[in-house]
Amino acid sequence: MHVPDGFLDAPTSLATGVVAAAGVALALRRARADLDDRTAPLAGLVAVFVFAGQMINFPVGAGTSGHLIGGALAAVLVGPWVATLSLTVVVAVQALLFADGGLTALGANVALMGLVGVWVGWAVFRLARAVLPGRLASVPIAAAVGGALSVPAAALTFVGLYAVGGAAPIPLGSLVTAMGAWHAVIGIGEGLITLLVVGALVRTRPDLVHGARGLVGAEDVLEIRERAVR
Amino acid sequence: MNGPTPARPAGERGQPRDDRRLSLRALVLTGLAVCVLLAGVASAWASTRPDGLEFVAEKLGFAGAAGEHALDGSPLADYGVDGMAPSGLSTGLAGVVGIVVVGLVAFGLMRLLARHGTRSRDLPPSH
Repeated sequence: MHVPDGFLDAPTSLATGVVAAAGVALALRRARADLDDRTAPLAGLVAVFVFAGQMINFPVGAGTSGHLIGGALAAVLVGPWVATLSLTVVVAVQALLFADGGLTALGANVALMGLVGVWVGWAVFRLARAVLPGRLASVPIAAAVGGALSVPAAALTFVGLYAVGGAAPIPLGSLVTAMGAWHAVIGIGEGLITLLVVGALVRTRPDLVHGARGLVGAEDVLEIRERAVR
Repeated sequence: MNGPTPARPAGERGQPRDDRRLSLRALVLTGLAVCVLLAGVASAWASTRPDGLEFVAEKLGFAGAAGEHALDGSPLADYGVDGMAPSGLSTGLAGVVGIVVVGLVAFGLMRLLARHGTRSRDLPPSH
């Protein structure tokens, strides 16, 4: 999913860069409300995990592979604003230290993974959580759905950017089909990893999971009542 | 829902369930260990096939538009250590360096923002 230099022309890269920068600037302001002594270390861990997870390409179908994006995963664990910052740190280090993802495409990659991946993942998670029963067990499932759909959403956003300022003329229909189909498959992997990781956190420390807010409180009350009975 | 019931402050009160709960420090250290295993060891077995975007670009014929990365000659370009033959070890070492760098930047940034943000610690998430 890392766009290299040269796929998008200069105006498109520049415009995407401006959008990405605005998003990150806003996230820098808004993330503060979600960060405290408890959540800041978790946010650091989430960024490191996304970096590590993105190194593990898994084979998908005939001759291609996919890897975690981690946008939905991060958003559910630490909230979407902090998640945008986490993904931005990862994508920037990848481009600057590992030559992975073009320098002129840095804005596009931040926009695709740190904005679209995170916010589509978060929005779908919220919708899924509203539909599913209001229990902690619903959180990893909703997160997995968010993760699964965030990947084709990011892929189709790339198609949109390519339609505006792509380097070589490609029939748009075949680009939509190919990008959408392959990334729908990769999205299944994203959903599974998101399910496992969010599931593990929900089992061990649900109180730290941003996307479980409102559910932990209810169980706390129950637990306190049980204790009172004892 | 919470009403006047005092919610647990982050598991530091020694109540029954809190004792069984993984402390934040243990959680972060365990998580970092998992990350080191992923990036440092498991990365050796990661698929080397082109990823979705590369694959589509090759298939539809715009892969050639990709320019040389300006930092292609840098010491850790393409997740390999400069001077080492491409191998799982080289990838793993690059991965561990990446973890350290991402970790320093991310933990530093989040701590900085937390310090300047609203201090909501010890308060339960508000509903």
